[in-house]
Amino acid sequence: MAVTANPDSPLLEIEDLRMQYRTEQGPVNAVDGVNLEIRRNEALVVLGESGCGKSSLAKVLLRTLPRNAGRPTGQVRLDGRDVLALSEERFRREVRWVRIALVMQAAMNALNPVVRVGEQVAEPLRIHRGWSRRAAMARAAEAFEEVGIATDFLQRYPHELSGGMRQRAVLAMALVTDPDLVILDEPTSALDVLTQASIMNVLKRIKRDRGTSFVLITHDVATSSELADRVALMYAGQVVEEASAEAFFTAPGHPYSQMLMASVPRLRQEEPPVPIPGRPPSLQDPPTGCRFAERCPRRFERCAEDPAVFHPDARHRVRCWLHEAGGTG
Amino acid sequence: MNTRDRSEPLLVAEDLQTHFELRQWGFIRTGTVRAVDGVRFTLDAGEAAAVVGESGCGKSSLARTLLGLNRPTGGAVRFEGQSLADLKGADLKAYRARVGYVQQDPYGALPPFMDIRRALEEPLVVHGIGPRAERERRIDAALEEVGLTPVAQVRGKFPHQLSGGQQQRVVIARALLLRPKLIIADEPVSMLDASVRVEILDLLHRVQREHDIALLYITHDLSTVRHYAGRVMVMYAGRIVEQAPVDALLDAPQHPYTEALLSALADPDPANARQMREIPGGEAPSLVSPPPGCRFHPRCPQAMAGVCETRDPPDFRPAPYHRAACWLREPE
Repeated sequence: MAVTANPDSPLLEIEDLRMQYRTEQGPVNAVDGVNLEIRRNEALVVLGESGCGKSSLAKVLLRTLPRNAGRPTGQVRLDGRDVLALSEERFRREVRWVRIALVMQAAMNALNPVVRVGEQVAEPLRIHRGWSRRAAMARAAEAFEEVGIATDFLQRYPHELSGGMRQRAVLAMALVTDPDLVILDEPTSALDVLTQASIMNVLKRIKRDRGTSFVLITHDVATSSELADRVALMYAGQVVEEASAEAFFTAPGHPYSQMLMASVPRLRQEEPPVPIPGRPPSLQDPPTGCRFAERCPRRFERCAEDPAVFHPDARHRVRCWLHEAGGTG
Repeated sequence: MNTRDRSEPLLVAEDLQTHFELRQWGFIRTGTVRAVDGVRFTLDAGEAAAVVGESGCGKSSLARTLLGLNRPTGGAVRFEGQSLADLKGADLKAYRARVGYVQQDPYGALPPFMDIRRALEEPLVVHGIGPRAERERRIDAALEEVGLTPVAQVRGKFPHQLSGGQQQRVVIARALLLRPKLIIADEPVSMLDASVRVEILDLLHRVQREHDIALLYITHDLSTVRHYAGRVMVMYAGRIVEQAPVDALLDAPQHPYTEALLSALADPDPANARQMREIPGGEAPSLVSPPPGCRFHPRCPQAMAGVCETRDPPDFRPAPYHRAACWLREPE
C-alpha cells in the first residue's frame, strides 16, 4: 500500500547493482553495475536480447536467485530503504509479494496441478497478510474479474484452463495483495497473438485504475511499447540507454538502440528489417571499453575506454561516448 | 508473378484433411482431432508464401501432411501434377529429395552425435549421390552458401558447439543439398534470438530467390511476412480462412479473424501504451469439437445471426487473387 511519500520520489531505486554467477568456467557478470529508478504508477520496460542479464536483474530484485548466484552488491531502495540489506525473513515478510510481486517467465506452467486455481490465487493473502480463507477467496474472485476470467474458474484445476487463462490466473495471484510494484518477466512470450494483446490490455487497465508500477522484462520491442512509460535497454549486463518511451521509440540515442529498432520486422513499414551483425560478448570475459564497440559502425578511438553515462535530456541516459559533446558526463 | 504459362502449379492441396483419432487405452475411440480440415491452396514454382496461424490451428500438421509425414485422411496433395498418395518406394524417396524441411528446433533436427560434415553427408548417401568427392563438394558449397565459414572449421563441429542461429543455418544447408524445388519452413525462427531471426529469414529469402525454390513459410508472427513472402494464407481452426497477396492482405483484410490479428499486432510506437486494443473475446476452438458454421463465429464481432452459426462459408473472391471464407464477402 502506498506509504506517505512524495508522489514524485522514486518508488524503487537501483544503484550500482552487481551480481555474478559462479560457473565451472569462472564467474559470469550477469548484472554489472545497473542503475535504474521506477516511479509510482510508472511502467519501466527492461529490454534486451537473451543473455543480457535482464532476467537475472528480476531475480536479484525478488531474491529468487539460483544457488550458484553470488551475493548481489549495490543498493536497491524501496521508498528510500535499502531492501538488499534486509534479512531473508524480513524480506519475505515486508517486501516479497507484499510490496513487490513477480510473474515469472512461463509461470503459468508453475501452478500446482492438484490445487484448485482459486486457492492458489488466494494463497499470498493468507500467507503474507494472514487473511482468513473466506476473505482471501472473496478477494481472489475480485482479482479474477480484474484480469478477465469468469469467477467460476476459481473452483477449477489448472489443467482445465487454457494457457492464456492460466497466465491471467498467475497475474491475478501477483495482484491479489495489491503490491506497489509488479515485475513481469516475459509475461506473454509463450502466448498467442490475440491472447498476448488482451493480456497487455489487462495490464494497461490495472495500471490506469490502481496506479500500480510495473517492470516489464522482455526481448520483444513491439510488445514493450504496449506498456512502457520508460525503457531501459540492457546489453552484456549493463544498461546502455534509459529514456522515456517517446524518446526511445522515436529517437534513441545509443547506436545499439538505433540498430535494434531497425532490426524489428514491422507490419506497416515498407523498408525491410536490418539485422545487427555480430554477437554479444561473453559475460565471463567482457571486453574492456564499450561492450558494443565490436559491433558498432560508429566506433572511434574513445570507445576503447569504458563509456561514461551522458544525459542528452533530463531522465535520458546514454552510455556512449558519442554523446560526450552534448552531455554532462 | 511467375512467367510460366497456365500449367499445373508446383504444389496443390485439394480439400486436404488430416484427422487424428483420439483413443483411450489404445483402442476405444473417444474423438477426432480435425487438425487439417478442408485446406485448399496452390503454390507456384519459385513462389514464397506464408501460412500464418496461432498455435493449435493445425499449421504444423499441414506442414507434416505436405511433407508426407502424416497421411491425409481426405483430399490430396499433388506435387508437379502427381498425387502424393500414389507415390511409393523410389518415387516417394525422390519426392522427399525435392522437398526440403526446416523445422522450429534446429538442435532437435540435427543428430547430436554426428559432426556437421556427417550430418550433411547422410541425406546425400541416402539419396545415392556420389562419389564421395562429389558429396564433399556439395557439402562445402552448401555451408558456404548459408554463410558458415570458414567451411573447414565448421565441418568438424558438433551441433552443441554451434549457436542456435548457426544450427539453423546447418539445417538450411541440409535442406539445400538435394537441390529441392520446395522448402517447407515451419516456424524456422521462433526459437532463435530476436537479433538472429532477421538474419535467418534473410538467408531463406535469398536462397529461395537465387535457386528459384518455392517456399512455404509457416509462422505465428504476421509481422514478419511482409518482407519474406509474396502471398499469405491465414489459418484458423484447421482451415485457411483468407489468402491474398501480402499487401492486399495487410492493407485490406477481408476476414474478421485477419482483421483481429492485424489490430492485435503493434509496431513499436510510444502511443501504443495509451490505447486499448480491440480484441475479440474467447479463445480458438478445440479441434475435436469445432463450432458449426463458420469456426470463428463465436468470437466474431460481425457475426450474422442465422447465417454464420449454421452454414459453413465457402471461399469468396472479393478481389482478384484474394479469397476469404466469410459470409460477409458473399456477392449480392
